[in-house]
Amino acid sequence: MEKTIRTPLSEADARALKLGETVYIDGIVYTGRDEVHLHALDYLEKGKKVPVDFNGAALFHCGPIMKKVGDKWQAVAAGPTTSSRMNSLEPKFIEKFRPAAIIGKGGMSQPTVDAMKKFGCVYLAITGGAAVLAAKGIKSVEGVEWFELGMPEAIWILNTQHFGPLTVAIDANGGSLYTQVNAKIKENEPKARAKLGLA
Amino acid sequence: MVTEGDVQNAVVELLRKTVVRLPKDVEAAIRKAYAEEKDEVPKMQLKAIVDNIDMAAKSITPMCQDTGVTIFYATLPRDCKVDVAKGITEGVRRATREVPLRPNAVHPITRKNPGDNVGEKHPYINWKLHDKDYIEITVMTKGAGSENMSQLAMLTPTQGLKGIKEFVLNVVLKAGSNPCPPTILGVGIGGSSDIAMKLAKEALLRPIDQPHRDPEIAKLEKELLEAINMLGIGPMGLGGKTTSLGLNIEYAYCHTASLPVGVNIQCWAGRHGTVRIAPDGKATMVVPEGG
Repeated sequence: MEKTIRTPLSEADARALKLGETVYIDGIVYTGRDEVHLHALDYLEKGKKVPVDFNGAALFHCGPIMKKVGDKWQAVAAGPTTSSRMNSLEPKFIEKFRPAAIIGKGGMSQPTVDAMKKFGCVYLAITGGAAVLAAKGIKSVEGVEWFELGMPEAIWILNTQHFGPLTVAIDANGGSLYTQVNAKIKENEPKARAKLGLA
Repeated sequence: MVTEGDVQNAVVELLRKTVVRLPKDVEAAIRKAYAEEKDEVPKMQLKAIVDNIDMAAKSITPMCQDTGVTIFYATLPRDCKVDVAKGITEGVRRATREVPLRPNAVHPITRKNPGDNVGEKHPYINWKLHDKDYIEITVMTKGAGSENMSQLAMLTPTQGLKGIKEFVLNVVLKAGSNPCPPTILGVGIGGSSDIAMKLAKEALLRPIDQPHRDPEIAKLEKELLEAINMLGIGPMGLGGKTTSLGLNIEYAYCHTASLPVGVNIQCWAGRHGTVRIAPDGKATMVVPEGG
C-alpha cells in the first residue's frame, strides 16, 4: 500500500497517516539539521524572522551534495542524516515552527514523539545512505537560505515529485515503529547474551 | 618517475571510485541480506539500498551524500622521493570539486567550513614503508552517522573475554538504529587506548568474507556476529534479520595490567578503496574491484 501526500500538510493530513504505511511526497521540502535547529531557535529568541515558513512543512534532516550548473543548484545526493542528533532541540522546534512532517533516519526520542502527538506531526523514515534514490525525487532546487552555514547545514528548498519511498515510522498519535522494534530487541537480548556465554 | 601530479590524479580517481562503488565483499553481503529478508519493512529498506547501489554505479554519483572524512593509509617504497602528502591533499581538494564530494571538514570548535575538505591535519594520513617499488594508497571515506557511534573501553584484565563480548554487544545495542544498519563492525583488542581504536578502524579494511588468520580470533568474530544478528535491530533499526553484515577483529599485545577494546562502526556503505602507483606513474585500482 502506498500513497502520495502533497506539502504543505494540514494537521488533519498528518494525523491521518498510519504507522507503517509507505508514502511519497510531492511539493516543497526544506532541509534542516543541527545548525538550522540552533539558528532558527536563536532567531526566535531574538525576535528575528526565519527565512522560510515551516508551518505545515516537511522538514528533511539532510545535508545534501549540491552542484551548481549555470546559475541553478542541482541535487547530486541527498539522503537523510541521523535524526537523533536533533533530539534535544526538536520538541521545541515542533512547538514553535509547527512542521507537519519530519523526514529522517533512525527515529527520535520520546519527548519528540510526544511533541509530534501534541502538535500533529509525523516522522517519515527514508533509507539512510540511499542518497541517489532520494535525489531522484527532487525535481528542482528552488533556492537556498543560510548558505553561510556551509553546504550540509544550509536550508535547501527542494521541489519534490514522488519523493520516497518513506515509511511512517512515528505517527501523530504517539505510535512508533522504533518503540515496537525496541521491545523486540529487549526480548531478543537474553538469547544473544546466552549465545556469548554472558549472564 | 612518479610525480606529485601522478599521485594527485590517482587520488582523485581513487576517491571517485570509492564513493561511487562498494568493495565486492560488502556489496555481495548486502545482496545476500536482501535476498534473505522476509519482513516487509526491512525488506523495503534493503531494496532501497540495493537500488541505490545500482543507480550510483550507473550514473557515477556518490552513493551517499555523506562522502565522509577521508582517512588515508599510504605505503611507500623506501627510496620514495615524491611528496605523497601534498599529492594526497591536493587530490582531496580537487576531488571535492570534481567528483563532487560534500565539503565535510570543519574547524572542530568554530565549525567554520573551508569548503574544500582540507584543513589542520586533514586529510589525515597513516604512513608505512614497504620493500616494493610501488606506492599504495588506501582511503576510507568515513561517514559521521556510524563514526559517532564508535567507542573505546579500557577494561581490566580480570574482565577478560567476557568483558570484551559484553562491551561489543553493548556498543551495538546503544548504537541501535543510528549508524545506518546493517553495519560492519571493526573491533580492536589490546595495544593501548589509541592503538585499539586504530586497529578497530583498520579491521574494517579487511574483506568481510575473509576471517582472521588466527582460528581462535576467527571463531570469536563469527560468534559475536551471530549473537548481534539475533538482536533484531535490522536495516535502519526498523527490525529484521540482518543487523550487521560482518565483524572483523584485529589485536595487538598490550600491557599486562590493561585490556583496551575499541569498536568502530561502519554503516552499510562500507566504502574504502586502494590504488597502486607504479614507478612509471601508472595507477591501477585494486579496490573497488574491476577498475
